[in-house]
Amino acid sequence: MITTDICIVGAGPVGLFTVFEAGLLKMRCHLIDALPQVGGQLSEIYPQKPIYDIPGYPEVKAQELVDNLMKQIEPFDPSFTLGERVDYLAKQDDGSFVITTSDKTKVHAQVIVIAGGLGCFEPRKPVLENLESFEGKGITYMVKDPEQFRDKKVILAGGGDSALDWTIFLSDVAEKVTLVHRNETFRGAPDSAAKVFDMANNGKIDLILSSNLTKISGNGHLQSVSMKNKAKEEITVDTDYLIPLFGLSPKLGPIAEWGLNIDKNAIEVDTTDYSTNVERIYAVGDINTYENKLKLILCGFHEAALMCHSAFKYVYPDQKLSFKYTTVNGVNAF
Amino acid sequence: MVTFEVEDHDGNRQPIEAPDDMGLSLMEVLKASEYPVLATCGGMALCATCHVEVLQGKDGLGDATDPELDQLEGLPEMYDTSRLACQIRISDQLEGAVFKLRGEDQ
Repeated sequence: MITTDICIVGAGPVGLFTVFEAGLLKMRCHLIDALPQVGGQLSEIYPQKPIYDIPGYPEVKAQELVDNLMKQIEPFDPSFTLGERVDYLAKQDDGSFVITTSDKTKVHAQVIVIAGGLGCFEPRKPVLENLESFEGKGITYMVKDPEQFRDKKVILAGGGDSALDWTIFLSDVAEKVTLVHRNETFRGAPDSAAKVFDMANNGKIDLILSSNLTKISGNGHLQSVSMKNKAKEEITVDTDYLIPLFGLSPKLGPIAEWGLNIDKNAIEVDTTDYSTNVERIYAVGDINTYENKLKLILCGFHEAALMCHSAFKYVYPDQKLSFKYTTVNGVNAF
Repeated sequence: MVTFEVEDHDGNRQPIEAPDDMGLSLMEVLKASEYPVLATCGGMALCATCHVEVLQGKDGLGDATDPELDQLEGLPEMYDTSRLACQIRISDQLEGAVFKLRGEDQ
């Protein structure tokens, strides 16, 4: 089990800056994020988008800000669990918490800080009957370990870069790869699209265009996928796996079940310290709500600073916290 | 001012009156009208969470740009009438149009 002072749920800009503010007060942090990399929506959705309202930066690209935040928190050596969603929260007798992730990683912390932005990014799912009953039993939304598909029949669905890239990659791993796309052309990288068409012409993959998924079938494990083209003709293809690749969308996820006061998918907080209705759980950044809330990164930074000063009493109950400027003390690593 | 209709996820339609001289996008007007539009990327055609279907008035909107089509084609469901609300400017061309919310509910 990982043990830390503060467990931060969400490794976006506000979650990262929370590490810095906590570190100034000698509180150690562990961050968990459902995405496989830090940066949250900045890295996942708009890494090249310029941001103009970060103090001291007339203009900064989203990914550059994330990179700089990572550099800023280096002295405090935070630990990370990435690519795993937080699932369960268990309160301990002493008031601390144990968080369990989707991959069963456990983190023990005195304080939980939810900095989850708009929620965890989950795959967009096609509308298919019984879809969820086949999840983990032939349907998967990401390729974590390509070896899982060695010598198997795989159908990928989608027309973006992920669908093209994984089709090309898995064609050397799987027994058979089929790519299903609703249009006749791909808007992904032209080189990748050309390669996919070449592979289809050479019989290395099956390409089914102008078609949409309509039905999945199996007996305990996925066995076939049906699709219909624009002429309403339906075909069924036997398969071991279906990988729908339609991008990601933010969802609040299991946090909604933690007993927190929630209003329109945002967590209600006390603006004196951004604490929630559950003692030792705080919420900062886009995921919280209060009167006159502004969803700005700089507001999240402010919330993180106040929140850390409040959390100090749980991590160091016997110590009195006195406020000091970094200009006086500098940034002292552990 | 221009008036158009919005159909929510439950099929309820309501007229919306919006200024056509402020350079607003449909996404901004929907959010201001408290519709559950995520608009994660803030209106740069980068996330497709403001997906709408144009039920009436498509001809007045002009063609979707490549970045808009890139996002729409990445969705599990795309319709011939699909657009991103963040890429639709409020103008008098929208008079009488009808939009159906298709993006994920907030």
